[in-house]
Amino acid sequence: MSDFTHNFWSIYVAGMSLAGILGCLLLLWLTARKKVVSSSDNTTGHVWDEDLTEMNNPMPRWWMWMFVLTIVFSLGYLVFYPGLGNFAGTLGWTQVNEYQDEMKRGEVEIAPVYARFASMSTAQLAGDAPAMAIGERLFMNNCAQCHGSDAHGSKGFPNLTDGDWLHGGSPEKISETIHNGRVGMMPPMVAAVGTPEEVRNVAHYVLSLSGSPHDSVRASLGKPKFAACAACHGMDGKGNQALGAPNLTDDIWLHGWGEAAIVAMVNNGKTNEMPAQAGKLTEPQLAVLTAYVWGKSNKPEVAR
Amino acid sequence: MNSPGEKPRKVIPIAPVASEPSASHSVASLYEAQKKVYPRSISGFFARWRWAMVFLTQAVFYGLPWLEWGQRQMVLFDLGARRFYIFGLVLYPQDFIYLTGLLIISALSLFLFTAVAGRLWCGFACPQTVYTEIFMWIEHKVEGERSARVRLDNGPWTLEKVWKKSLKQTLWVVISLWTGFTFVGYFVPIRQLGAELMALQGSWQMFWVLFYGFATYGNAGFLREQVCKYMCPYARFQSAMFDKDTLIVTYDETRGEPRGPRIKTVDYKAKGLGDCIDCTLCVQVCPVGIDIRDGLQYECIGCGLCVDACNSVMDKMHYPRGLIRFSTQNAVAKGWGRAEIFRHILRPRVLIYTSVLVALCVGMLASLIVRTPLKVDVVRDRAALSRIVAGGKLENIYRLQIMNATESTHRYRVSATGLDGLELVSESEFEVAAAESRWIPVNLRIPYDSAEPGSHPVHFDIEAVGTNAHVREKSVFLVPR
Repeated sequence: MSDFTHNFWSIYVAGMSLAGILGCLLLLWLTARKKVVSSSDNTTGHVWDEDLTEMNNPMPRWWMWMFVLTIVFSLGYLVFYPGLGNFAGTLGWTQVNEYQDEMKRGEVEIAPVYARFASMSTAQLAGDAPAMAIGERLFMNNCAQCHGSDAHGSKGFPNLTDGDWLHGGSPEKISETIHNGRVGMMPPMVAAVGTPEEVRNVAHYVLSLSGSPHDSVRASLGKPKFAACAACHGMDGKGNQALGAPNLTDDIWLHGWGEAAIVAMVNNGKTNEMPAQAGKLTEPQLAVLTAYVWGKSNKPEVAR
Repeated sequence: MNSPGEKPRKVIPIAPVASEPSASHSVASLYEAQKKVYPRSISGFFARWRWAMVFLTQAVFYGLPWLEWGQRQMVLFDLGARRFYIFGLVLYPQDFIYLTGLLIISALSLFLFTAVAGRLWCGFACPQTVYTEIFMWIEHKVEGERSARVRLDNGPWTLEKVWKKSLKQTLWVVISLWTGFTFVGYFVPIRQLGAELMALQGSWQMFWVLFYGFATYGNAGFLREQVCKYMCPYARFQSAMFDKDTLIVTYDETRGEPRGPRIKTVDYKAKGLGDCIDCTLCVQVCPVGIDIRDGLQYECIGCGLCVDACNSVMDKMHYPRGLIRFSTQNAVAKGWGRAEIFRHILRPRVLIYTSVLVALCVGMLASLIVRTPLKVDVVRDRAALSRIVAGGKLENIYRLQIMNATESTHRYRVSATGLDGLELVSESEFEVAAAESRWIPVNLRIPYDSAEPGSHPVHFDIEAVGTNAHVREKSVFLVPR
């Protein structure tokens, strides 16, 4: 992939680089040939401010050869590495390759640390102190930004410690969530529910499901309209983990509690996304992370 | 041009360059070939001091990495783990201030020594000087004295020359490699490094051993005084710290001139000669190849070898010592004695350097002694400013990085104060392993409506259970509107 909009610029940059280097070489060659006249007291004869004389101290010759060496180095560099416009260099070096190589080397380096974990189940891992120390760091670096350092989440970001799972809390499901990420999508349901008054009624019915304070008249009026919601949340409002539809009967409100929050949700819907982690972390790391998250709401198996 | 009564303008005279080469002019290249310096060996007061400094500095440098402190190397800068072990101290990158302090102390000591006695560092303690001296000693042992070395270099490549040169190079390379190995041994445990290198493992370690070894070989074997003349910035800015009361190597011109050879039995004073017999021994022993009789020069590293050389000649001639000596410009000009020179050492700049230096050393030492071997960073979770939790409470989450700067595992107890009804609901005791740091989530709660909306200062108190190490860190608790 080229960063240049036109091939002219590639040639221009390459030409400038080479002209600069060769210009330095020319300058060195000219100065090396030049002889200057110096007086016996080693001054140039220039005197400023009455007694400030300019000495004629030549550069050491090895310094000139060092400069020549840098020119040789730079020309060699431009042959092997990218630097001359579009020319990729004979080694084919790129930053992306370098990054991937380093990541691979890093993975090889840490592999022995994870080797012991390979045969352990999620429950065993969750009870293993060294594994959980790693899990803690992985969580802090990769998950805590959204789910909070204590994994309690916040508005819009699920709490991972309460045993309430949108997509299932088995080790397999947690692993699947971490690997591939999740997209939770609730469509705007206002067309199916009806008028603003009817939407408010449904909101009160939803509040009643979890025993939250509500207007029971509105709730009973809203109940028939809940049929539109039941496709995903179920007739009993207990949700459906296969679809990622939340349980509405517990007192957990991921996107806000109260009539206004529910009305807004029905009117506008919501798309909430958790990004996939599979490419970013290695399989053994993901297994440890799964165990760490699982252990937040389950009793780990402590080896004895 | 000047109107009457006006001060004449200062004219800066610029003398033109002579256009024709004449007898007093020579034609030179813009690049000067390095003139190899063949210093003659000399013994005496300053030569002995130079060797004492070589042994002192190198005993520390080569010896220190081999000393153990408990289960580990006594001085180890573990860059990979970002822990720096110095005797009983475990320093974290957060202790960077101590390095700053050390560098300021080093710089001030340099200023002080330079103001008092010129380039003491250059002449006696600088690694460039020390390794050059070691390398020259080998050169002297293998190839012989100055004249023999000049003859050998100018002579044809005989078997003897090949043998001597290769022996010298071999010895140089061995010392260089050992120096490189020792240097890397400050950053990688040296015993482990030795085993690794024997097994040809650890490419980075090997690279740095070779790199530092090559630098030693090149600088001490070949570049020598060129480093001081052309590379070292310190050599150039030292002149700013000189004054007329600074001790420097001086040639007593009034006593020495006119110089000239003489017969011991003839009264040289009657012939109008000074004390300098023009034996050029002072030039021959000079490691930077200058003639001190030309006066103070920027190349002079103040090593005093010419003083030793001249004194040995003065002794032979039965003249008083000190034609070349450590003295000050004022002392030479005004004919001061020793007592007067010493009296002028205590001048304002020296007193200021000394007092600042002493204050800094005491301050740094005190802060190291009272240092708490525990560090804590508090970071509020930024994603969720504040959350409402069951029981009508407001919750803020923090991450505490607890850094254990001791070499044993400790339990740490965390508590928080600063707001009415503030409680710490998460676990409050944590274990952190030796020289480890750990991020710990901590939840603080207050009853809803118990504080005004906005930001409230709170304090975390962290104590190491069973010790008196205690740290207090400030943070804020946010109450939403």
